Amino acid sequence: MGQTTIEARGRVSPLASIRTSLPAITLRFAGLALVDAIAVWLLLFLIRDRVWPLALGILAATLLVNAVNLTDRLYPLRWMSPAFSIIILLVLYPIVFTVYTAFTNYSDGHLLTKVQTIRRIGQDRFLPEGGQTYQWTGFRSEAGDLTLWLVSPEGQAFLARPGEPLQEAVLGQPGIGELDEHGIPTRLDGYTRLEIRDILPILDSELALLEFGEPPFTFKIKSIREAAQLQQRFVYDSSQDSITDQRAGTVYPADDKVGFFLSSASVPLNPGYQVTIGLDNFDRLLNSPALRGPFVQIFLWTIVFAFFSVFTTFALGLFVALLLNDPILPARRLIRTLLILPYAIPGIIGILIWRGMLNQHLGVITTNLVKLFGWAPGWFIDPFWSKVGILLVNLWLGSPYMMLICSGALQAIPGDIYEAADVDGASGWQKFWDITLPLLLVSVGPLLIASFTFNFNNFSVIYAYNEGRPPIPGTPTPAGYTDILISYTFRLAFETGRGADYAYAAAITIVIFIVVATITLLQYGFMGRWEEVSENV
Amino acid sequence: MSSEIAAAPLPRPARARSMRQRHRNQLVLRSALIAVALVFALFPVIWIVSAAFNPTSSLASQQLIPPNASTANFEELLNDPLHPIFVWIRNSVKVAAITALLAVFVTALTAYAFSRFRFRGRRSLLLTILLIQVFPNMLTIVALFLLLRQIGEYVPWLGLNTHGGLILVYLGAQMGINIWLMKGFFDSIPRDIDESAMVDGASHWQAFWRLIFPLVRPILAVVGILAFVGSYNEFILASVLLRSNENYTLMVGLYLFVTQTFAQSWGVFAAGAIIGAIPIAVIYILLQDQIVGGLTQGAVKG
Repeated sequence: MGQTTIEARGRVSPLASIRTSLPAITLRFAGLALVDAIAVWLLLFLIRDRVWPLALGILAATLLVNAVNLTDRLYPLRWMSPAFSIIILLVLYPIVFTVYTAFTNYSDGHLLTKVQTIRRIGQDRFLPEGGQTYQWTGFRSEAGDLTLWLVSPEGQAFLARPGEPLQEAVLGQPGIGELDEHGIPTRLDGYTRLEIRDILPILDSELALLEFGEPPFTFKIKSIREAAQLQQRFVYDSSQDSITDQRAGTVYPADDKVGFFLSSASVPLNPGYQVTIGLDNFDRLLNSPALRGPFVQIFLWTIVFAFFSVFTTFALGLFVALLLNDPILPARRLIRTLLILPYAIPGIIGILIWRGMLNQHLGVITTNLVKLFGWAPGWFIDPFWSKVGILLVNLWLGSPYMMLICSGALQAIPGDIYEAADVDGASGWQKFWDITLPLLLVSVGPLLIASFTFNFNNFSVIYAYNEGRPPIPGTPTPAGYTDILISYTFRLAFETGRGADYAYAAAITIVIFIVVATITLLQYGFMGRWEEVSENV
Repeated sequence: MSSEIAAAPLPRPARARSMRQRHRNQLVLRSALIAVALVFALFPVIWIVSAAFNPTSSLASQQLIPPNASTANFEELLNDPLHPIFVWIRNSVKVAAITALLAVFVTALTAYAFSRFRFRGRRSLLLTILLIQVFPNMLTIVALFLLLRQIGEYVPWLGLNTHGGLILVYLGAQMGINIWLMKGFFDSIPRDIDESAMVDGASHWQAFWRLIFPLVRPILAVVGILAFVGSYNEFILASVLLRSNENYTLMVGLYLFVTQTFAQSWGVFAAGAIIGAIPIAVIYILLQDQIVGGLTQGAVKG
């Protein structure tokens, strides 16, 4: 207690000063108990519903929190457990889940697990042709609720209401009125009996559509006198791993390759279920002409967009930084602040302002171009000019950032290099190309690559400018000329007009992962920054 | 400068005059180019301010200096039940502020531990965090959407269309880079401070809370403000995860406002945009150096 050892290296040993004051321990264990209680409660639900991936994610986070709080050896991690729980659940789990999804058929029509699908299909009921029938009499309440008095062939009577469990009717029970000559009550409490003339108009339109009773024991009206118990239509046989249609007699064996119960005539039962399908999504990406076409086109534009975004913003930013890099310039600070303004405004608002200024019919830029030249580009309808427009907006948004980092880097270049160049009689151009640019690139180079990867995924500019439009005609899934990969995957998943295909979207996401990771590794490799980072930790 | 004069051959008067002349020409050219850059940078800003005070409110009828400027658009903003802009601003501020507070607290703990403790696996943990952070969380947007939908079935206030869920997603998005940023700041504070405190019998927690935390408070404020601005400006995740008008953040609301009634309510949009943009712009301009510093070490603005 209270004793602290200083290691030879001059660092405090983490274990040395773990204090064990009573309030601290109580607080820690109370907190841990609370976390565990919530986690267990959540896990029970997840396991009941067989949501395995999420259950595993939460289990991992919970185990981590418990381990570090109960083991003194892991004391340093105790400080990090809140951060790591968040990273595991909201960063790692989504990445792992995305990778997993890419190898499945997860899409509209294949949203459920096999167990859930069997349960869902098993809910289907049908009215058997032959078999036992019940005599029915209808009753209606003031509010219009319907109840059936059913009499089985054996003479037993039941009360059946929609959505409520079947009730055995015992004579003399409260609520049941006196019986007529056929043994059927003339009225029920709160209900009046329906006569033939009441029934005929509503038989097909109302009565025959209702299911009376609670699944799985439900009844439907077959004719004016007869009702029959509905039967489960699709019955799962686990020994054969197949589903049999009780009405038609068709057998649907499970086909785990495609995630459907398929009859011998290849008719699927809907919905299908989730299965892993290996590399099929990637195969489609590379080999299906209808999908490959837009993918390649969008891939190329993504690279062009990212490259020109970096190039133009850097060129303009550097140019302005050079202009401002003169101490005798008046009001330098004020000019700099004004030039930063586009960067200081929330990006979406900036893009929306440009959308208004470029508006095809009314925008100030478009109308003035028409006045001056009699022509203005189709900023939102022409594939080429849409791309130009996006680069223009991105130039406006991004160049102040480049200006800021370039001014910083320019000031860091030692002045005596220029003096030496002056002595050698170098011209302004020579000084720029041979001194300024190379030295600048050393310091801002990594930032340019970071900016490239950022723009590679610069979803908000693309989306807020024109949602990726104008559309590319004739593609099997929605795609636009200005879509970049990330906005394309977004459409595959969320623009559900033709069915959401999460798995295919995830496969494209993995392609993006690979591109971004490669660029980043190159960045660290070339710039020697990995070693630098590694040494500094 | 002085060494340059000394090194150069003694200038003859004529040459000095021509140099001065050239310098002046250069300054004029320089100023002209800066003026062009200023027009490019500022015109959209001036245009939107002008639109906000133009009472006719339509995109078609806008002039640079509105003939009878008024605050009609701002008044209309107050009474538009379909576009409750102040509710959206409140939502944005709420989400951004809670995100920033939680982010600062949780990352400060983690960064302190990384900076002060030496333990096995520390290096690989730090590098792993850096690697994970390479993948922008927008890439996993589908997974995040499905995750919130699943969680929401059991914990409704963390599900889709809730601010709780959005805050969680934002927290995860910023965590890695903030840990690295803050660890750097903690590293710059001499270890002697907490070590001497612990020799005097303080626990790690006391050293952190009583000594280090106050010292790094200015830095924590910068990280907090960056987190605030980042969440306030975020658009894509919010527009996927939020589903109803009264829950939208400002950026989602403004975007839908524009796509629904652009040309007619241009002036009203402009008024809303200005109100929403001013606080952020002020923060940026006041803290430009720190923000650039932070961003240079971290990511680029979103």
